[in-house]
Amino acid sequence: MKLSAVLTQGLWKENPTLRMMLGMCPVLAVSTSATNAIGMGVATLAVLVASNFTIALVKDAIPAQVRIPAYILMIASLVTAVDMAMAAWFFELHQTLGLFIPLIVVNCIILGRAEGFAAKNTAFASIVDGLGMGLGFTLSITTLGCCRELLGNGSIFGIPLLGDAFKPMLLMVLPPGAFLMLGLLAATMRRVDMALEARARTVAEGRRQRALDLATGGAPIPMPPGFE
Amino acid sequence: MADESTPTPPPEPPTAGAPTPPVGAQQAAPPATGDGAPPAAAERPGAKKRAAKEGAAAADTEKEEKKKKKGPPKKELILVASSSPHVVSDESIPRIMYTVCLALAPAILVAVYCFGLQAVKVLALTSAACLVTEAGLQRLMGRRLTVTDGSALVTGLLLAMTLPPSAPWWICLLGGALAIGVGKQLFGGLAHNPFNPALIARVILLISWPVELTTWMKPGQGFVNLGVDVVTAASPLGLMKEELIQKGSIQVVSQFPLRDGLLGLNQIGSLGETSVIALLLGGLFLLYRGYITWHIPVSYIATVGAVAALFWGIDPGHFAPPLYHLVTGGLFLGALYMATDMVTCPVTNRGMLIFGMGCGILTYFIRTFGAYPEGVSFAIVIMNGAVPLIERWVRPRTYGHNLSAA
Repeated sequence: MKLSAVLTQGLWKENPTLRMMLGMCPVLAVSTSATNAIGMGVATLAVLVASNFTIALVKDAIPAQVRIPAYILMIASLVTAVDMAMAAWFFELHQTLGLFIPLIVVNCIILGRAEGFAAKNTAFASIVDGLGMGLGFTLSITTLGCCRELLGNGSIFGIPLLGDAFKPMLLMVLPPGAFLMLGLLAATMRRVDMALEARARTVAEGRRQRALDLATGGAPIPMPPGFE
Repeated sequence: MADESTPTPPPEPPTAGAPTPPVGAQQAAPPATGDGAPPAAAERPGAKKRAAKEGAAAADTEKEEKKKKKGPPKKELILVASSSPHVVSDESIPRIMYTVCLALAPAILVAVYCFGLQAVKVLALTSAACLVTEAGLQRLMGRRLTVTDGSALVTGLLLAMTLPPSAPWWICLLGGALAIGVGKQLFGGLAHNPFNPALIARVILLISWPVELTTWMKPGQGFVNLGVDVVTAASPLGLMKEELIQKGSIQVVSQFPLRDGLLGLNQIGSLGETSVIALLLGGLFLLYRGYITWHIPVSYIATVGAVAALFWGIDPGHFAPPLYHLVTGGLFLGALYMATDMVTCPVTNRGMLIFGMGCGILTYFIRTFGAYPEGVSFAIVIMNGAVPLIERWVRPRTYGHNLSAA
């Protein structure tokens, strides 16, 4: 696979959150505000890139039978490092996210990419994959956070956008709102895909028709009997 | 079966092609052989009716028979293995839905009498929002428009009955849109929704805007001022909860006039929390028409009464008497019109009894120990979610199977 394809598949086609529905726990729990969401996304992105890289480096040295515990150990060490770094430099965000930072260890996306990609590819390709998947996760969780914060609090990134007349919809910052919004986002994404597919079909049809016209000079192609 | 008032369109006349008798067992009636024609004609109410309408019954049937005998046997015998139902009744979705609307009429009249134009406003806005959302979403998804079947109207009316009369216009519109959009069409439309759409909308509204949803106006002032300066008051259940939290005992209950709850003309609450008698009237009508059975309302209301009596017996100073629980709040509205929703309640009688009991217990506990003063909507929605489990539990024995367990 080309590196550009590796990078972009995590953004849309194999988006870990809205397509593969992986790592739902932080997505639903932390997306109450855009700030929390992007903090969680970037933390996961950092862990994902680093874990993909290290696992791709040592993949040949680990016996297949013990690879999962070995991967988890490496991921846990990286998460601990990220946890400490956030506590040092982003203390408030670290306090808000709380338990969900250590829980990155058990995020399905990370072990999924380790098993599905890093264990079979080169270190550089694994970094690119981690970057693409991590960005896809960050983008989707931040979109979710923006939508929920806007409806549930009237603001985005803490900046009030809707006037005083707007009565915030509390449900959106509560757990049911997360499920509703996630479903709506996933459906929107699928709808866009369907529209794109339909357009691609029309374009291909038109191209075929033009090629036929060129070949036959615009005359209808004589069909053998029985093929009308 | 050959009923004159059959609303279903008459089936295709037999000459038009494949005969599709509604009863699967009649497939043996062979149009090609000819000798089976008289019984076949007698069994086809549609053809008969058509003929009678045209006023040439005899001639028409003769012609048909001739055609059957002479006609080239191109499609001689087509066996239609049609699935059930084989018996068609004259019930239809619009008929059921508009009957429910009619059954709601007494309670709606009481609500309009009590709250005047405010009630009319809430009813009109929610119903309009439901109808528009239904039509708009069906159009958007390229589905058949079924907005005239009345189901969206029932949802709108029921939702309006659960809202306070002083609800602002945007609550009404948003509630209608949520009921149909989130409660119904997201799941695939009528009969695919696991939860009662009106109650889903009410729960979303109540959680999102608790202030607007628990501000009640006093009855009897709606005809004069359709505006903001209405006199507000606390609902009986809200008062009870407040006293419980603040003083730890209840005095308001003993001062509550029971007659108010039954007649409902002076009751403070949602549009549909007014008159128990009016609600009961509509409920009995539905029961008479056979659209609901007694199981859910009786088990629901009796359970609330029994649990309330139990707690009241333990400590009358702390818990309200059972009658207070029965005539206040939306218990009768929920038990008669919402818990009995055909789509979202269990299908077996035993299942319905369990469903009603679950609703009753949850309602009492949410009212007494929960964070919200009224628990009917939460209770029914939670039990809607439990319906698949209940149906699994009380699944009837299949005829001829598992005889030892019977």
